[in-house]
Amino acid sequence: MHSSLMYALNLGEPYGFQFFRNGTFVALIAGGLCGLLGVFVVLRGMSYIGHGLSHAVFGGAAASAVMNFNYFIGAGIWGVVSGVLIGRIARRRIIGADAAIGVVTTASFALGLALLNRYGQAKRSIEAVLFGSVLGVKNSDIIAVLVVAVLATVVIVLGYRKFLFSTFDPEVAEVSGVKVSFMEAALMVMLSLTILVTMRVIGTLLISALLVIPAATARMLTNRFSRMLWISPLIGASSAFLGMNVAYHTNTSASAMIILVGASAFTCVYFGSGVRGRRRMASFGHL
Amino acid sequence: MNMKVAEKDVLVHCHHVTCAYGDVAVVNDVNFTLRRGEFAGIVGPSGSGKTTLLKAVLGSIAPVHGSIDMLKGLRMGYVPQVESVDWNFPVTVLEVIVMTRSEKKWWPRITAAERAAAEDVLERLGLGGLSGRHIRELSGGQQQRVFVARALFHSPDILVLDEPTSGVDVRTRHEVLHLLADLHDAGMSVLLTTHDLNGLAAHLPRLICLNKEIVADGSPREVLVPDVLEKLYGAPMHVLEHGGMPVVLDHSENPMVGRFGGKAV
Repeated sequence: MHSSLMYALNLGEPYGFQFFRNGTFVALIAGGLCGLLGVFVVLRGMSYIGHGLSHAVFGGAAASAVMNFNYFIGAGIWGVVSGVLIGRIARRRIIGADAAIGVVTTASFALGLALLNRYGQAKRSIEAVLFGSVLGVKNSDIIAVLVVAVLATVVIVLGYRKFLFSTFDPEVAEVSGVKVSFMEAALMVMLSLTILVTMRVIGTLLISALLVIPAATARMLTNRFSRMLWISPLIGASSAFLGMNVAYHTNTSASAMIILVGASAFTCVYFGSGVRGRRRMASFGHL
Repeated sequence: MNMKVAEKDVLVHCHHVTCAYGDVAVVNDVNFTLRRGEFAGIVGPSGSGKTTLLKAVLGSIAPVHGSIDMLKGLRMGYVPQVESVDWNFPVTVLEVIVMTRSEKKWWPRITAAERAAAEDVLERLGLGGLSGRHIRELSGGQQQRVFVARALFHSPDILVLDEPTSGVDVRTRHEVLHLLADLHDAGMSVLLTTHDLNGLAAHLPRLICLNKEIVADGSPREVLVPDVLEKLYGAPMHVLEHGGMPVVLDHSENPMVGRFGGKAV
């Protein structure tokens, strides 16, 4: 009785720290947001785009840090521009489009790394951007992630039918009067903004996992697009919440734990959902 | 007076239409007119520009020369090839049907009125009771009909189908053919592409034979003749008659003859 009380107190211990409360809140919203946009990333087979985009945004973040420019404006412009460009290249389905995207985004990443090496203050800042840092969460990060989460939710709810139509069947959607390229650009902008506001917590290297894992898990649990849109954010947010707590008690990287918790959920569902769930997964040949 | 009636009757008019990818013309100087109530097929070999011409009519490709005139406010119901659909996508039959009315809808939920209208279309196409199914859980014929139902839900003036019998089995081909004939009887105009001469083209009232240019345009009896077919496919072909319909044979130069100790079929 006594020891379990101690344990309960211990579980609550990290919440005594402002940095942990802020970090957990941002991670929770970030997990939900990545889960929401991840549905489109997974169903459109764009997981490599999410990966590339996070690397591109890193370049923008580094450049704006070096030039002493506001992170959200500098990396935001860089990210949105590269997001829309990547979307357009991918849409044309030119042979080698994936290679072109790979070259551009990794070059952007390399440029960011070189800039930080040469002009950055310390190794610490590079690590924070690559692997994420809950310690560094500021009030501006909380506001930014909240604004993007509300914006993305409103846009996806109001544009639900058009997003569904242009994701499932872009050709017929276009003929039926849906502005498919506009919907795709809107999606890429939201994806860039999501990466922008969650990158400092989750880190460049692991963010694409948070875009893929919750949505892929949700896909195995349901055959309905509309349900995926709330199951996936729920999985993302719970993974983030659990991951943050496990990381505190095991003294490990928060972003790594968030991804590991998500990956464990994925594994459980994969084996738990049987043949049916795995067959649904079969559609993601590109993961 | 007569002119006016004729004008109102024209759904699509292609006027010297040329389409190209880069410098390569895929469709060259095509002229044809499609009137209300017509049932026409664009036929030709692979790479003859059928799909390109269809996409130009649909407005997803702009012609480099010429123009395509449409009836003002023409609504097209497009049915893509079955093979181009992602059957694993997490949607139900009902969600697929309602999609075509999404351009001005801001509310995500399907309303009771939309559901009733969709059930009505499904019932008409013999798909009653299937609205809650996932699209993967349907037979080949049902899958094809769901996409026809989706096009019809848009209340189109014309139904446009790309290779409706490609990638489907014989039974499904018959189902599709009967469905289209029934819809045409009920007054629907239909334009489709096909490379299936005997299975589909020979049954249609009008064929537009395309091999980059229009080679012939008329009824199967007029156009499914050795002369036209040689121009279309670049190889001599025989035409027989069976049950009052032309049947095209393409084995005039059978490469298998004699190879396995057999005789020409």
